[in-house]
Amino acid sequence: MEFLTTFINGLSLGGVYALIALGYTMVYGIAKMLNFAHGDIIMVGGYTIMVFFNMTGLPLAAAGVAVVFCIVTGVLIEKLAYKPLRGASPLAVLITAIGVSYLLESLAQIIFGSDHKMVILNHWGTLEIGAFSVSYNTIVTLSSAIAIMIALTLFVNRTKVGKAMLAVSEDRDAASLMGISVNNIITITFAIGSALAAVAGAFYILKTPDVSTTMGSMPGIKAFTAAVIGGIGSIPGAMLGGLLLGIIETACLAVPALAPFAIAIEFGLLIIILLVKPTGILGKKKREKV
Amino acid sequence: MNGFKTYFTNFKKTFKVKNFIMYFIVAGAMILFGGLGAAGALKRSFLVLLEQMGYGIIVALALSLVVGFLGELSLGHAAFMSIGAFLGCYFQNSVFPALSSSSPFVALLLAMLIGGAAAGAFGFIIGLPALRLKGDYLAIVTLAFGEIVKVLFQNIPVFGGALGIQNKYRYNVNSLYIIIFAVLLLTLIIVQNLIRSKHGRAVTAIRDNEIAAKSTGVNVSYYKIAVFVISAVIAGVGGVLFAGTQNTFKPAKFDYNYSINILVMVVLGGMGNINGTIISAAIITFINVRLGTVLTGNLAVLKDIFYALILIALVIYNNAPALKKFRSKYNLKNGAAAVWNFLVRAFTKKKAEPDPAREVEFGADWSRIPTKVEMDELLSTDFIPETDKPDRGEGGEGK
Repeated sequence: MEFLTTFINGLSLGGVYALIALGYTMVYGIAKMLNFAHGDIIMVGGYTIMVFFNMTGLPLAAAGVAVVFCIVTGVLIEKLAYKPLRGASPLAVLITAIGVSYLLESLAQIIFGSDHKMVILNHWGTLEIGAFSVSYNTIVTLSSAIAIMIALTLFVNRTKVGKAMLAVSEDRDAASLMGISVNNIITITFAIGSALAAVAGAFYILKTPDVSTTMGSMPGIKAFTAAVIGGIGSIPGAMLGGLLLGIIETACLAVPALAPFAIAIEFGLLIIILLVKPTGILGKKKREKV
Repeated sequence: MNGFKTYFTNFKKTFKVKNFIMYFIVAGAMILFGGLGAAGALKRSFLVLLEQMGYGIIVALALSLVVGFLGELSLGHAAFMSIGAFLGCYFQNSVFPALSSSSPFVALLLAMLIGGAAAGAFGFIIGLPALRLKGDYLAIVTLAFGEIVKVLFQNIPVFGGALGIQNKYRYNVNSLYIIIFAVLLLTLIIVQNLIRSKHGRAVTAIRDNEIAAKSTGVNVSYYKIAVFVISAVIAGVGGVLFAGTQNTFKPAKFDYNYSINILVMVVLGGMGNINGTIISAAIITFINVRLGTVLTGNLAVLKDIFYALILIALVIYNNAPALKKFRSKYNLKNGAAAVWNFLVRAFTKKKAEPDPAREVEFGADWSRIPTKVEMDELLSTDFIPETDKPDRGEGGEGK
């Protein structure tokens, strides 16, 4: 029974990672850049939820406001910092992204202070069937994450915009020749990624009711790990990688001897996967041309 | 002996002060502050500041090798530093405490050797993924490496765990900064000579175009690993020096943010510009320490916002394809030439012509390796007149 509880908790945590990883993988696939500030969008969402929840006391409304605010932030970042560098060397884009992440964390710290804040959104209690017990928070997180992933898959594969996104990630020049506005698609991608990050932030607060300026960096890096494990650029890969990483992390934390080394194990896994199969589980191999 | 003689005459012939200016500045600073310190004219807080500047510059130089000259991003240089710091401190505390108390200088030298070697070994391990991975992937691997090292040090009781290690032999503050400056000078000589040698050209060739470098016979794997190892050794030595300045330090100090701070120094100094790196590392350390006493609490973050904004603005200005024309028109060199022309015209009433001989000489002067940005600019220059083919090669093709 304990095994099952750990498994469900792991899936739920993995759902959160998968939501964040989707943002990374979509931006990587379409804009061909690693958005280092993606983790900090979670933090922006976290603080927005905190402010609005303290004002109104409505968790869902606060999450909605956070989604809108994060979309605005993400699109602004894309327009101001990343767009001028389209076509520049990847190193420059990466350093700019790091700068943006640094800026967001510093801004949050100067506005809200560096101390951690408790935000308890909701208590739904725990579901207990015999020895099996799992909190309703976990169930809500897991089911919403799965619903969002299904919706996103349908959106990307069935709608016109989604297909345009796939086309841009396949070949940007050819897509623009076919009349797809690459800039708009990239903006939409950033908007979707930021919205997912805000939702992930809400679930993260549900799990650990703690808001701080660095709350987004660790989940962000882990989600990137998840995206790489699944194969960066691939949407099903991000989901798979996220769930896998969540289960591994929860399993490590459940074993007392391994618990302090959980982060080391996850990152060790990342390094090994990158060395053995850099394209990840579901990624496609790319040939470098001169 | 004859070889040495020709080397010496060649050296005399090609000697230019501007190529060695940083040696003089660092040595001058060492002598100046050493003299002032010996005379007792410097406050303790200033000596500590000098120490911080010293190891800050050393680590920034180490990262500059990887970011500026190899063209790969490392987000884990704080980890190399922490390996040096913890091992160095552990050896001084537990392995040769008798030596540390009787002759601290020898103990520090030994610690530097051990710390540097250990960090170098890890640099080799991190250099291996660098052979297969590039850009974003490598950056994330180095970041992961940094986190792993931090977690390991936090959980090894020998190194004090999360509470940190106590340095029982904090080096005398009145003389440590001179040692740090001496190590800095040595590092500078090593880095600059490496970069100006044929090996350095091979490394920058890899940075500018790996495939082209490989096709001209550059052993890419060898140079990538070599640069990572050398950089890690230097960072490890910087870490041992850092440990010497502390009474106690925690593994959590060497986190991701610390690596980013080093990166900020390198980027603000101009990637691939050693002098710039040194100047920016010194200035940033100075500002951090001085502002740290003025701005306390959350206001201290103001300077971080400032750094972040400068970092973003500078990278966009230097790399944005849309600003290419603007850059070539209004850069520092042209600005200086314009000012010079204006001065000449104002005083001599004749137009200053650039001396063609000097121009040729400047073109042949490869003592300063062009940075990545300059190199891209050079390589992307379109020699076909624009009127023939409209809109060609004007940025933004998105590759």
